[in-house]
Amino acid sequence: MLTKRLIACFDIVDGRVTKAIQFQDNIDVAAADVLAGEMYNAQIDELIFYDIHASSEKRLIDIETVKKVAARVFVPFTVGGGIKDLNGMYEALKAGAEKISVDSMAVRTPEIIREGAKAFGSQCVVLSTQVKRDPAFPSGYQVYIDGARTATGLDAIEWLKRCEDLGAGEICLNSIDCDGTLQGYDLPLMKKAEAAVRVPLIASGGAGEPSHLSDLFTQTQAQAAIISSMLYSPRLQKNYTPKELKQFLSDKGVSVRPFV
Amino acid sequence: MIKIIDYKAGNAPSVLHAVRHLGFAAELVSQAENLSGATHIILPGVGSAKATMDSLNEMKIFPVLEKLVREEKTPFLGICVGLQILFEHSEEDDCKCLGWLSGRVVRFDNSQVRVPQMGWNEVRFVKDSGINSAGHFYFVNSYHAKPENPQDLWAVADYGGDFTAAVNSGNIFATQFHVEKSGEAGLSLLKNFLQQGAK
Repeated sequence: MLTKRLIACFDIVDGRVTKAIQFQDNIDVAAADVLAGEMYNAQIDELIFYDIHASSEKRLIDIETVKKVAARVFVPFTVGGGIKDLNGMYEALKAGAEKISVDSMAVRTPEIIREGAKAFGSQCVVLSTQVKRDPAFPSGYQVYIDGARTATGLDAIEWLKRCEDLGAGEICLNSIDCDGTLQGYDLPLMKKAEAAVRVPLIASGGAGEPSHLSDLFTQTQAQAAIISSMLYSPRLQKNYTPKELKQFLSDKGVSVRPFV
Repeated sequence: MIKIIDYKAGNAPSVLHAVRHLGFAAELVSQAENLSGATHIILPGVGSAKATMDSLNEMKIFPVLEKLVREEKTPFLGICVGLQILFEHSEEDDCKCLGWLSGRVVRFDNSQVRVPQMGWNEVRFVKDSGINSAGHFYFVNSYHAKPENPQDLWAVADYGGDFTAAVNSGNIFATQFHVEKSGEAGLSLLKNFLQQGAK
């Protein structure tokens, strides 16, 4: 049986993991490769790494850091930030990433999804998107880009369907409203998404305690959850290990890769 | 030397990282003539069967691969699409494959399960190939093989019903899951494969 995945998410600045709240006030946590190695040893299921300034600085993702992380991590590893064409995707894959996350660039140039899927396979292309509640849109959510600063006028669910058609192999849905609040995932958003697309869905934004994960996995079809603060944020009084989270989920009847 | 076939669309670099992490010397091979002298051959794979077959054809690697693996019995490990192309045919783009193993590759039914399958699934080994590992392994696949010879089936997992998770026939081993990305369980299987005596 396929198990639910816990994905550690790193926002990277200059090779270091930082932690923000609602896309602002980043504070320094640790060197990316060191924290990635710790998370691997702690049996996290997967890692995602965003070079959060690459796009705005108009440069490719930090390849050196991708390489350093890839050499220490033998679970799937997704990277995003500053990847705007097939060449950039290839550079990141060659450095040892498994999957490429496209976000703002996909909104500007949706064809990158089709081209990436054709060149490297759908499984390689993760569509990540930031969405915010907005009653003016049919689904009740609008897509934002550029670190959640720019509204796109796109309806969130319509966008997901289009990306699935273009060949995205997985969709990571980040709720701007919930991000950094530690109040739980946006479950209604995930329910709308799961009814609209058939590719695997990853929920992002809002996890602050283990019950948020069990709520997500028992009330929606999300296959994976992004966690960051819970694992390593110095702002939280209590951090959790993947082992603790898996034990908790397992006790709640959620199927997870057992800690061994 | 352990040789990992790199056709620029697979994830050969990840496999190389894993092999080196286990303490073995290995190199990526992107030209057919450099495959000779391999003690072990690994064919990683991501993407589609057709794209993989096309890339490998372009490298003109099949004659030397056939000779090393099928005649000289060099230990061979195919991963993911590297498993699928060993069969006769893949439904994906209606692609003719190598036919080293009898059987076909078919798509998961996406009215039953989300496709692609992406994540950790529990693998049950149904025969002892001599290099078994155990536990959960990482899968990313929309297609799965249906071997005609039951004795080729090495392991199964459940995704809307049992499907082929690994196959083995003599010196030929192949996993639908990514050994290089399946944590310690995957590394353990990879290590067992690499520790087998050279041909």
